[in-house]
Amino acid sequence: MTQAATDSFFLEARELECIRDDRTLFRDLAFRLEPGQALLLEGRNGSGKTSLLRILCGIRLPDAGEIAWCGADIQRLGADYHQHTAYVGHRDGIKLDLTALENLAMARALGRPSEMTLEAALARVDLYGFEDVLTRKLSAGQQRRLALARLLVTDATLWILDEPFTSLDVHGIQVIEELLEAHAQAGGMLAVTSHHAVNLHKTTVHRINLSA
Amino acid sequence: MNRHSLTRAITLLVRRDLILAMRHRAEMINPLLFFILVTSLFPLGIGANPNLLQAVGPGVIWVAALLAALLSLDGVFRSDFEDGTLEQYLLSSHPVSLLVLGKVLAHWLITGLPLLLISPLLGVFLGLSGDGIRILFITLLLGTPVLSLIGAVGVALTVGLRKGGMILSLLVLPLYVPLLIFASSAVDTAAAGLPVTAHLSLIAALLVLSLSLSPFATAAALRISLS
Repeated sequence: MTQAATDSFFLEARELECIRDDRTLFRDLAFRLEPGQALLLEGRNGSGKTSLLRILCGIRLPDAGEIAWCGADIQRLGADYHQHTAYVGHRDGIKLDLTALENLAMARALGRPSEMTLEAALARVDLYGFEDVLTRKLSAGQQRRLALARLLVTDATLWILDEPFTSLDVHGIQVIEELLEAHAQAGGMLAVTSHHAVNLHKTTVHRINLSA
Repeated sequence: MNRHSLTRAITLLVRRDLILAMRHRAEMINPLLFFILVTSLFPLGIGANPNLLQAVGPGVIWVAALLAALLSLDGVFRSDFEDGTLEQYLLSSHPVSLLVLGKVLAHWLITGLPLLLISPLLGVFLGLSGDGIRILFITLLLGTPVLSLIGAVGVALTVGLRKGGMILSLLVLPLYVPLLIFASSAVDTAAAGLPVTAHLSLIAALLVLSLSLSPFATAAALRISLS
């Protein structure tokens, strides 16, 4: 997608509230995310980071408030919103008994295909040469990188990432940080939770601490 | 989203499930084996009296088919739920109900179709007449997709529970009962040489009804289970 096409997009959260098991995780949460910006969620374990990301995806409903994409409620937009988003959750969302290529082909078909070939996406996350290996045989870090390669095969503006750096080594973290930075530079949006420090020097980062 | 990419997504989804089933052949064989074992044990258990076998045959085959379907149901969404691919379907840019239809089609191809193909042989085994076997085949052809379609709703509702198996049976079995009654009585009627158009029309109506409603119900149930 060209930069001009994504320029008019924005994501807005108003008065969000999330209650789990009678505990209020957060309330009156509001933010606005525009192309080229990143939202970094911080907070202790159980402070509601994952819940907030799942609300952003539209999988979970907020207990109050709403999320709007270009001014329209995402629950009403449904698939029209999902074609602009890509989500890599706490679970990888890949099939262990499929090869890397089969997994990516499915991921591409579920969204709006990007111009990048599947092989190029694998090469980008340093999995070149593992195309036809069953995912079960890959290491945990390699599986995580395959999950993140899903981001590249669809043409999504908003990347929603739950702990993307889990099981990655130093080099892997650097590769993914470069991907995130490149996406933001190209007019993409990021919503990320991470225990690691995320180095996005060229990107405007909004930080929200849910424990505060 | 254009129609071409939707067709492609569903084709890939069905193909993916078939590949996965081929890589887990032992699990795929289980329901079929159960079906064959149960029906072939009956003549040994109740004696080889042809009249008796002919009388209970259709019911036995249908009950076995129904339980075999129930046995295989949990697999429809369970592994997708556990590895997170189910979330990816819900976040797809295609209508979830149509993707669900792809999953159900794959489930039918993996479990329903083998049952259907082996059923004439089991019909012979239980001493059903030629007409009876023909009608048995038609009722299974129309009925096994109904088993998969209705079952999918139940599985979607219980997939989030750790031990959903018991609840699944309680939810789904009552909905299977009308099908069971019409189907086995169709075969009985055919064996008696009477017309069965009414029975078959009713089963076909069940198929159309579940085909048009169950994908939406399943998609909604999946949303509830995942939220």
